[in-house]
Order: sequence, then structure tokens, then C-alpha cells
Amino acid sequence: MLKQLFPNQVTLGFAQAGVTAVLAMIVGFAARKRGMHVELETLIALGRGLAQIVAVGFVLVFMLKGPQWTSAVMLSVMVIAAGATSARRTKKIPGSLEVSVWSILIGSGLVIAVMTWAGVIDGAITSIVPVGSMIIANAMNTNALALDRFRAEVEAHVGEIESALTLGAAPDVSVSPAVEKSFSASLIPALNNLRSLGLVWIPGLMAGMVLTGSSPLYAAIYQFVVIAMIFASSGLTSLICTSLIRRRIFTPAEQLAMAR
Amino acid sequence: MPIILQAQQLTRVVKGKTIVNDVSFDVNASELLAIVGPSGAGKSSLLRLLNRLDEPTSGTVLIEGKDYREISTRQLRRQVGMVMQRPFVFPGTVAENLRFGPQQQQGRALSDQEIEQLLRDVGLTGYAAEDVGHLSGGEAQRVCFARALANQPAVLLLDEPTSALDEAAKLEVEGVIRRISAQGVTAVMVTHDFRQARRLATRAAQLVSGRIVRVGPASEVLNVETTLS
Repeated sequence: MLKQLFPNQVTLGFAQAGVTAVLAMIVGFAARKRGMHVELETLIALGRGLAQIVAVGFVLVFMLKGPQWTSAVMLSVMVIAAGATSARRTKKIPGSLEVSVWSILIGSGLVIAVMTWAGVIDGAITSIVPVGSMIIANAMNTNALALDRFRAEVEAHVGEIESALTLGAAPDVSVSPAVEKSFSASLIPALNNLRSLGLVWIPGLMAGMVLTGSSPLYAAIYQFVVIAMIFASSGLTSLICTSLIRRRIFTPAEQLAMAR
Repeated sequence: MPIILQAQQLTRVVKGKTIVNDVSFDVNASELLAIVGPSGAGKSSLLRLLNRLDEPTSGTVLIEGKDYREISTRQLRRQVGMVMQRPFVFPGTVAENLRFGPQQQQGRALSDQEIEQLLRDVGLTGYAAEDVGHLSGGEAQRVCFARALANQPAVLLLDEPTSALDEAAKLEVEGVIRRISAQGVTAVMVTHDFRQARRLATRAAQLVSGRIVRVGPASEVLNVETTLS
């Protein structure tokens, strides 16, 4: 129906975005009926997301024609933005922004670098930027889940943590159950993606490759490669995040410092 | 009696509010000092300063004559043990809980005999292999006592150790406190229950709005006239 109303591709795109935004807002208002007020946050996130992706689209058009080093700049900016986004919900944890940026930078950066060096990711801007962004975005989500779960675990188990401290345990030891739970919980989406690949979920990259003329078999294998890379970088990000954050919630005198 | 712990002008200010205000007192070896006062008087906050679970804004604590900032925090917390208001046991067996503290100390392992002795002291003989998930509130709190004693602390801090328990469990835990006191364990207990303090303590200090207003033999500090005033 929309295609007939909007023959121009750009206006069609905005019309499609409008319809999906309305659908998302209906969900927001349905949640309001149950006392969960997410409608304003949903509206802002929708507007912001659309503006960001359109802006990035314009930048991409210019940068794709630019020199090779621009891809490193773009990916670095993405890492910082991902760190800031993922730390936003865990302000109670001291230094969560710094931890997030480092975790995502090392977790995704290492995987992108090694895979590019090995030739799994093509070094061309048209390849490294979209694949890199997928890896960074997933690392961001994993990092956010790890931080949020860690905060919740610590808040729910202050008594157990302080009991361990009173027995002379090191801070690392006292929060190790929270660290383990955060690590496992943060990897659930990445693990589910791997498990359900092809069964529940045929990701866009594969569909795009088939549409642009790649062999369907190669497209399928490459999609697996991307999902496996996402899993590797998510795991690494979570590992670094939970290792760094466990020390941040204690003072030098080994007192629990997280805001209560 | 030698002095085991000296609190010297301890003050703690949180967000501009003085919770503990210039508190000084001594704890002698083998005595049970009760710190009594109404809810919100700053009793638990004061206790948390004694093993550096919280940092005093000013003042310090001497442990056997040594400033506690000169002792490593972990060593300090082994020397100044603590039993909290609610029994926070770690998942696993009773024996695993008791082994936890000594294990943190260069991996020292408690023998089965040591575990049985600790369990006997808290009236839980034969509970070593029991999963903590099967324990009642009173039993769990007694495991916390045994776990704290496993570190052989110089002084034991008791933060309202019976306030989260029912009457029967409260009596069981009071029995444990009496038993370990008789064995010469030095302890500081905070409680809002003046009668309990009178039953258990040798000396007492009364805390009002973060300040100690009386300190002395329990029989004097906790007599009816002063507690009602």
C-alpha cells in the first residue's frame, strides 16, 4: 500500500519509518496501561535513532569515497558512543563510562583487528565499517547487560558481600558470585543468536548478500562467521567489563562504595 | 584487664548529617560491651566503623594498641570479626561456610575437628555436612557466629544479632552469646533491646543521636530509671 502512495524511495522510507514508529508507540502506550511509563523514552529513542541513522547515512556516502583511515575514525567514534550509551543506565557504579569504553574498545577492537588481518573481514571501508558496527553494537548491548546485572546483583546481595568482607575476604572474592552471574546473563543474547541462527532468525546481512548476487551458500557461511565474531567480541567485552568493574565498587580501604 | 579495642573520637558524617558524633570508649579483654539506644541512634553505623566497613570522617580505633589504619584491612577484619543483623550464609554446606574465613588467610584449611568444635560452641553439633538452604533462621545465625569465630578474632562485633529472629531462635542465639562470653571471647554488641543487654552484657554504653551519654557497668547504665529517661 505504501509503495503506491509514495513512489519516491526516500519518501517511502520515511513513510515506512512513520508506520513502524506508530507501532512502537502503541507498545509504549500499552505499557503505560500497566503502569510502566516508557512512552516518552520510546518516542525520544525513536526520533533519535532515525536522526542518527539518516545522519550516518549521509556521512557514510562521503566517507566511503574517502581514504582508508576514515574507517578507523568512524569505528572509534562508534566505540565512544557505544560506551556512553551502555554506561547511561549504571550511573550508580563509579567509573562505568570509562569501564564501558575500554571494554567495548578492547572486546570489539581486538576481534575486528584480528579478523581483518586474517582476511575474514575485507579491509575496504564498505565492508569493515558495517561489519565493525555490528560487532560494536552487540558489544555495547553485552556490556550494558553485564553492568546492569552486576549493579542489580550487588544491590540485592550487599549483606552477603559485606559478610565476606568482614571475614577478611578480598573485594574480588566477595563479589565473585555477582561477577559470574553478570557474565553469564550478558552473553544470553549472543548465545541465543548463535543457537537460533537460520532456525528463528535469518539476519539481514545474509539476505543482502544474496540479493546482491553472492552465492547463497557463501552468504550463509559468512553470516555464521559474523555471528561467531559477534559472540567472540561480546564474550571478550563482558569478560573485560566484569573484571574492571568489580574493583570500581570498592574504596581503597575495601569498603563497598556503590551508591545505595 | 588489658584493653583490646579503643574507639577514639569517632565521627561519621554522611551527606552533611552527623550519624556518629565524637564517640570514644574502650573494650576490655573478655568483656561484652553492649551499646544500647533507640532505632536511628547510630548504633549500627558506629559498629561498622570499628572494622572499617565504613570510614570514619574523623577519629580512629586502636586494636591492641595499634591504629587500625596501620593494619591491612583484611587482617583488621580477621581480628575484628562481625555477626550481622540478618544471617547471610553463603550457598553450600555449613562446613564450607566455616572454612571460608580461614581460607582467605593464605589458604589455611580448618580441620574436621576444628569445625566440629566450632559447631559444638554454637550448639550445632553434627551440622557440618548440612546444606545451609535447610537451616532455620536461628540455625543460620549460629552458623554465622561459628563462621566469625573460625577466624579467632580478638574482638567480635554483634550487630543486633537477634533482631531478625523469632522468640525461640532469639533465645538460642542468646545462649550462644552467653557461651562464647563465658569462654572469654571479647565482644561489642549493639542492640535496641535493653532487657537483652542487661541479660548478656558486662558493661554498657548508651547512645543517643550518635553520642554516648552513659558508659559503665551494665547494671548501672541499664537500670530502669536511666533507660526510661
